[in-house]
Amino acid sequence: MNSNEIIAKLPYSKPFLFVDEILKINENGVEGCFTYDENLDFYRGHFKSQPITPGVILTETMAQIGVVCLGVFLMNNQLVSNGLIALTSTEIEFLKPVFPDEKVTVTSEKIYFRFGKLKCKVSMKNSQNELVCQGIIAGMIVNF
Amino acid sequence: MENTEIVNQLIAIVKPYVTEVEALNDLNENTDFINDLKINSANLVDIVLDIEEVFGIEIDNESMQKMLTVKATVEIIQNKLKI
Repeated sequence: MNSNEIIAKLPYSKPFLFVDEILKINENGVEGCFTYDENLDFYRGHFKSQPITPGVILTETMAQIGVVCLGVFLMNNQLVSNGLIALTSTEIEFLKPVFPDEKVTVTSEKIYFRFGKLKCKVSMKNSQNELVCQGIIAGMIVNF
Repeated sequence: MENTEIVNQLIAIVKPYVTEVEALNDLNENTDFINDLKINSANLVDIVLDIEEVFGIEIDNESMQKMLTVKATVEIIQNKLKI
């Protein structure tokens, strides 16, 4: 599966798709990037007259690239139609702010993929190659 | 291995994931991990991986799905230890 095929299989769309491109992917990990458009709606309120990307959005970006894209790749078309991807845990620390129009690169390393649960060590860097945030994120397939 | 020894090791394994800590004191073979100990079902995967490591066994998907109570888990561990 190439970058475009994986992104096409993601269950997200604008304004909640936070993956522009998958740069590298294999069974052990993934690297991808995203640029936060300055017109994204949350910048109007976070913060008042001083736009900074919210930590939850950074977390979501790390989860979409680092866990969901890798999960789609590992499942290799086996995703059942009534299966949904659920975020099950996050443990993240934040080191630097991300401003509008910044491009970030997410790198994820698989810790394990067992019994439908994928747990990864994920980090995000800005375009100056500085560490923005890092931590552990897990998700799994749930049936409704 | 004696069942009581397995149960004691099991308590140590599940402890970090238990939300209802007081329920651990009343733990018996019918204790249900999700309903009694209020363990997040996603964390059952981490518990099973810890069980594999501590007991040196491998748990398959079918066994994993049955490991919801202390009794079922001890039985599965005993069976795997015999292999």
